[in-house]
Amino acid sequence: MQTVISSPSREVIIGHDQPVVMIGERINPTGRKKLAAALEKGDMSLVQKEAMNQVAAGAQVLDVNVGVSGADEKDLMLQALQAITEVVDVPLCIDSAKPEVLAVGLEAYKGKALVNSVNGEEAKLKEVLPLVAQYKAAVVALTMDDKGIPTDVATRLAIADKIVNEAAKLGIPLEDIVIDPLAMSVAADDSAGLAALEALAGIKKNLGVNQTIGASNVSYGLPDRRAINATFLAMAVMAGLTCPITDPTVWPVRRTLLISDLLTGKDEYAMNYITAYREQFPEED
Amino acid sequence: MADLQAIKEAVSKGKRKDIVGLVQAALDDGADPNTIINDYMIEAMKEVGARFEAKKIFVPEMMIAARTMQTGLDVIKPILESQGSQKETVGTVVIGTVFGDLHDIGKNLVVLMLESSGFEVFNIGENVPPEKFLEKAKEHGADIVGLSSLLTTGDPHVKATVEAIKASDLAGKVKVVCGGAAVTRKFAVDQCGADGHATDAVDAVKTIKQLMNLN
Repeated sequence: MQTVISSPSREVIIGHDQPVVMIGERINPTGRKKLAAALEKGDMSLVQKEAMNQVAAGAQVLDVNVGVSGADEKDLMLQALQAITEVVDVPLCIDSAKPEVLAVGLEAYKGKALVNSVNGEEAKLKEVLPLVAQYKAAVVALTMDDKGIPTDVATRLAIADKIVNEAAKLGIPLEDIVIDPLAMSVAADDSAGLAALEALAGIKKNLGVNQTIGASNVSYGLPDRRAINATFLAMAVMAGLTCPITDPTVWPVRRTLLISDLLTGKDEYAMNYITAYREQFPEED
Repeated sequence: MADLQAIKEAVSKGKRKDIVGLVQAALDDGADPNTIINDYMIEAMKEVGARFEAKKIFVPEMMIAARTMQTGLDVIKPILESQGSQKETVGTVVIGTVFGDLHDIGKNLVVLMLESSGFEVFNIGENVPPEKFLEKAKEHGADIVGLSSLLTTGDPHVKATVEAIKASDLAGKVKVVCGGAAVTRKFAVDQCGADGHATDAVDAVKTIKQLMNLN
């Protein structure tokens, strides 16, 4: 199954038979003080810099979240989308917890966007899915609902089914849904990693859809988080992850994903890996 | 003679398997239950908090220390009750995640650390509307109401909850502390009128103690 998203000049195909697509996560002020401060002032230069850096590091899609407390998020979203399209041409993932922000973003976006996100909560289904249908976008769907974030696998699978069914009623095709089975911190619950991996595998088997995951959650509260994130990503790719939302500028993360492609037959003659390696470690003459 | 120092060390190092035997032995030797709690267990957790703040230990180590203490408390509580006395508490906290938000990991860590610091904590869960914060704060005679919010969509609910408390007859009696990834000090204190803001579980204990003029 292939999910196709696009900008006016570029198309990105996400699929189990394709190399992993990195969705760059860095344009998000949560936990990033400098970016939050810049956004509060309406200064888009840092957003542009993050966009260029992530694309240079191999991001094929950029997540755009501009939610800072006390600012007009709709206006910021429009400004950010404009600023980003001035410097890069990759498709964008419009990310907000507020449906009205998603709406203005989708209205302004030229191409087929990814929307982040819907989940199994009744209100979310009712508010977000119609927007996805209206703008013929693709959507990230989190396997949580009004009862919270499930810790078990079966509930995650059931919520994924429910979202897919609700989307189908509005004419949103299965291939335009990207499930996020939600990885939780193994610091708080040591069964959380396995539960997420089993959910990825179960959803791949049942629905065959593309899947993303916020990998950095797994390592919250632990030392050497990058190593944990990278190891988790490699395992997750094998389980069914096709388009992680991650930080491509962290070489160990990017390296892990490139090697995962290489080891699963998605990198002909190892050219993607070798090219990225040369970029990372330029030869000195 | 009861080895109270060993209790402190067991909590501090998170030796859950040892704690029941150690606490039982101390009680059998006639050690005072509240002394065990206040002078050894809570002291151990203070050290754990300090090590966490200094990034010497990690979240799982803090959690297992707190759980070790709770396992020990489970041995002590029935004794206290049979003596007709209660665990001394330094204050009562009602805590929950604001309306529209279901995240609980950070909030639960705060609960664990507050309980381990001698507070009576009522965890009223996630997706909590302002009126429920108010109702539970009254019901339990809270000194502090804690609000957790991870999503920026929680902002209006943080504000509404703080304002509801400040507009009620609890104003002046109950102090409100906010925390969570979405909440900055500027937003919580300056814009919403909360009494305090905390950056993590250890900071939450510190902030609440300061607001209550403890230590």
